[in-house]
Amino acid sequence: MSTKKFLYVNRKAPYGTIYALESLEVVLIGAAFEQDVSLAFVDDGVYEIAKGQSTDGIGMKNFSPTYNALGDYDVRKMYVEKESLEARGLTVDDLMPLVYEDEEEDYAEKPSIHVVTSAELADIMEAQDVVLSF
Amino acid sequence: MAMLHTINKSPFERNSLDACLRLAKPGSAVLLIEDGIYAATKGTAVSDKVTKAMEGIKFFVLGPDVKARGISDDHMLEGVQVVDYGGFVDLVAEHDNVQSWL
Repeated sequence: MSTKKFLYVNRKAPYGTIYALESLEVVLIGAAFEQDVSLAFVDDGVYEIAKGQSTDGIGMKNFSPTYNALGDYDVRKMYVEKESLEARGLTVDDLMPLVYEDEEEDYAEKPSIHVVTSAELADIMEAQDVVLSF
Repeated sequence: MAMLHTINKSPFERNSLDACLRLAKPGSAVLLIEDGIYAATKGTAVSDKVTKAMEGIKFFVLGPDVKARGISDDHMLEGVQVVDYGGFVDLVAEHDNVQSWL
């Protein structure tokens, strides 16, 4: 089976709608097929990976720790649009420090999150075979 | 007659905040819940608008929804009062009527 480039585009805040959780589930399923997977966090999607989420008070499952597991599924490219962060008063320090282990460098932990401009993200999108939107 | 307005949509995705602020009268109160709580954060594309609206309208935010979304205290806009579920009930009881901006 040939490898294709898959991009999952996340544009919704977590908890208010089911999109963020559904996207994460589909990414995990897709990861089992050993494709070239990237994630993009755009608009309110940047809130999905905000650090310090604690859902005890709202009776919903906090699914944010699951993003930490993506590195183990070879999901290592998470692109966060700079413009979306700025419009929300956020910086990369407000996001979870998501990493993966690079087996070619003695399993050194490397950041999965890359803050990119809209123009850079447009190029990333154009280079994909399949784009899935949430 | 003081009215309570609730907003549960992100101000970056829907125009619920704009519609509410356009039609809410001075002396009324706005309670931000669910994804609406992002309107109560600092340094955003809408925070100036919210700060300005605070001149005539009291703003509240539901604490459990803020915590769920990982928004820390230092990201909260000054002047917004945090309430719990009991406070939500009190606000409803204290106001003459409630409008939910969906």
